[in-house]
Amino acid sequence: MTDAAELRTRTRALLAAHPPAETDRTDFLEARFDAGLAWVHYPVGLGGLDAARSLQAVVDTELEAAGAPDNDPRRIGIGLGMAAPTILAYGTEEQKRRFLRPLWVGEEVWCQLFSEPGAGSDLAALGTRAVRDGDHWVVDGQKVWTSSAHLARWAILIARTDPDAPKHRGITYFLCDMTDPGVEVRPLRQITGEAEFNEVFLTGVRIPDAHRLGSVGDGWKVAQTTLMNERVSIGGMRLPREGGMIGPVARTWRDRPELRTHDLHQRLLTLWVDAEVARLTGERLRQQLAAGQPGPEGSGMKLAFARLNQEISGLEVELRGEEGLLYDDWTMRRPELVDFTGRDAGYRYLRSKGNSIEGGTSEVLLNIVAERVLGLPAEPRNDKDVAWKDLAR
Amino acid sequence: MSTQPDLLYSEAEDDLRAAVRSLLTDRSDHAAALARAESGAPYDEGLWQSLAAGIGAAGLLVPEELGGQGAGHREAAVVLEELGRAVAPAPYLTSSVIATETLLALDVEDADVAELIKGLATGRTAAVLAVPLSASAGAELPDGAGVRGVADAAAADVLLVLRPDGLHAVERGDATVEPLVPLDLTRPLASVTTGSGTGIRLADARTARTAVRRGLLAGAGLLASEQLGVAEWCLEETVRYTRERHQFNRPVGSFQALKHRMAQLWLDVAGARAAARNAADALAAASAEAPLAVAVAQAHCSRVAVRAAEECVQLHAGIGMTWEHPAHLRLKRAKADEIALGTPGRHKEVLAELVSLPAPR
Repeated sequence: MTDAAELRTRTRALLAAHPPAETDRTDFLEARFDAGLAWVHYPVGLGGLDAARSLQAVVDTELEAAGAPDNDPRRIGIGLGMAAPTILAYGTEEQKRRFLRPLWVGEEVWCQLFSEPGAGSDLAALGTRAVRDGDHWVVDGQKVWTSSAHLARWAILIARTDPDAPKHRGITYFLCDMTDPGVEVRPLRQITGEAEFNEVFLTGVRIPDAHRLGSVGDGWKVAQTTLMNERVSIGGMRLPREGGMIGPVARTWRDRPELRTHDLHQRLLTLWVDAEVARLTGERLRQQLAAGQPGPEGSGMKLAFARLNQEISGLEVELRGEEGLLYDDWTMRRPELVDFTGRDAGYRYLRSKGNSIEGGTSEVLLNIVAERVLGLPAEPRNDKDVAWKDLAR
Repeated sequence: MSTQPDLLYSEAEDDLRAAVRSLLTDRSDHAAALARAESGAPYDEGLWQSLAAGIGAAGLLVPEELGGQGAGHREAAVVLEELGRAVAPAPYLTSSVIATETLLALDVEDADVAELIKGLATGRTAAVLAVPLSASAGAELPDGAGVRGVADAAAADVLLVLRPDGLHAVERGDATVEPLVPLDLTRPLASVTTGSGTGIRLADARTARTAVRRGLLAGAGLLASEQLGVAEWCLEETVRYTRERHQFNRPVGSFQALKHRMAQLWLDVAGARAAARNAADALAAASAEAPLAVAVAQAHCSRVAVRAAEECVQLHAGIGMTWEHPAHLRLKRAKADEIALGTPGRHKEVLAELVSLPAPR
């Protein structure tokens, strides 16, 4: 088993062979991947060294100190956070070798073709069809809320391959080439005025069977890996004190005494405590993971941050009073990065409304916590044993 | 920025928890606790001896050279989590934490102080600080011979009395201790009156006030762990009960309206655990951040314990309102704990100062 000392030696050798100051960014990242220092817990040859996940910090610390380029985790977040772990868990050797390296280096951006206009929280109700045609699948349907679709080279896609099976069983998971004929991406302008998401129309798209991930009809199980990783990556940021939404509002409070009222003061202090408690809960979760005793807190972090972001940004708009009546800019844009804490208070307020919807609504997550963490009985269901094609729509 | 606090439980802490839980499960059931509370003598002396001396819990904060276990606040916090779960009547918070921490902040070379600490560490004697249970480190301290609302005075052998000239150790026999009727039956309150000349002076006025504030700060920080224990019990019992109780031909725990409330509570309890561990860790490390960690833990855990107990009563419905069901003891403890050692509002005022978020002028 690779230990911390060995990782340090390997990291220094990488830095010596490819001095960051003189090496092209992509070249450096490729060399890092090839040295097994991308994600050390991945297998040898696939960016890792089969080491303990907790040892990644050893590598990251050394590289950061040396000023090495980082792969941009925000722009390629869907690839890193969702596609990669799913490909690692279910991909063939060939798929792993083909996709993981350009994904990690950031040469190929990924998006996620899961949600549909009729299948959001009830994702397994999806209706996009994939029909077998020789060694290909022909895909027709419409997806929605697809971040980065206009930048993406590849997509993870779930589609219905057996309408006669109950809805969770007739789904198959594919890797979709976004440059293929029949893939059309249209910006979807949202509440903030910008178009961070897209609609994706799939018309007669031909996907080779070699780009299927997992068995035919097993797509729901494969998608669970993706969704679990998504929720962890949404709630799992490490924050310093006042590092989230509470930071800007606390600074405004300090800098602008004329805006203060007693009512706002009480609410601000309550939210400050809540933000600090959420930060500590996240820190405790990370310590549990590092100690190899993962707790169920991960499912809850997204819920906590969604509520906090909404309440804090709402308070901030109110605190600004007259300025809160204004908005920075309604120009339609298609941002490359989503920056929840960027722009002004009005933007933060509007964008945070999505935090309790994207990646699973808070209502659905509360059900998941209740059933999987607390072991409460499931709601009675009338869709479990019915063929998808016979469900009411 | 200081180093990251350790928010997990060590193996030794897990072992300690197992020992305390097993003792309390065997010896402190609901019916017995209620019967004792109504008898006016709420403590089971044998149980207290097993906990304090048998397990060695009383001496966790005391260094070995003063007869203690030389452990610390993280371990004492685990004991309090278990005492909170069981709402066991025991003078642990008052004697083994607040009084002990206060005495440890005095001159421990002084023979009277050292003798007293050694007694407390072994559980041979119990001492309580003669201040109202509602007193907090961030507020005015009482000063004088008559104090109302002193917790566990009935179980104390020694009362630590703050007077204008310093801190005095007064034998309970030399004081008048009049029991009051408490909201929380498992933590008795009394009025304490002591003659001005009685007792041994342990410290001068300045040292005394600093020490008492340190005792109250540690008490508030570790009270968060007791509150965590209360909240955990309430959530677990509510989940257990609603899984079994059927109405409308379904377990009531399968109704989404109830599931969401319990899931939200679980999230709040997870936060309480992180905040309470953070406070215990900061106190153990004597960190400069301890006052902030304590204020955050108190502001959060007080609310969570009360809400968990209130939800416990509501989701148990009729049975939750009965005297036989153990829920009411948790509700009474949680509500009293909300006031104990500073209300959430009081702790937020302290926090406003510490993090420079001042009130409007």
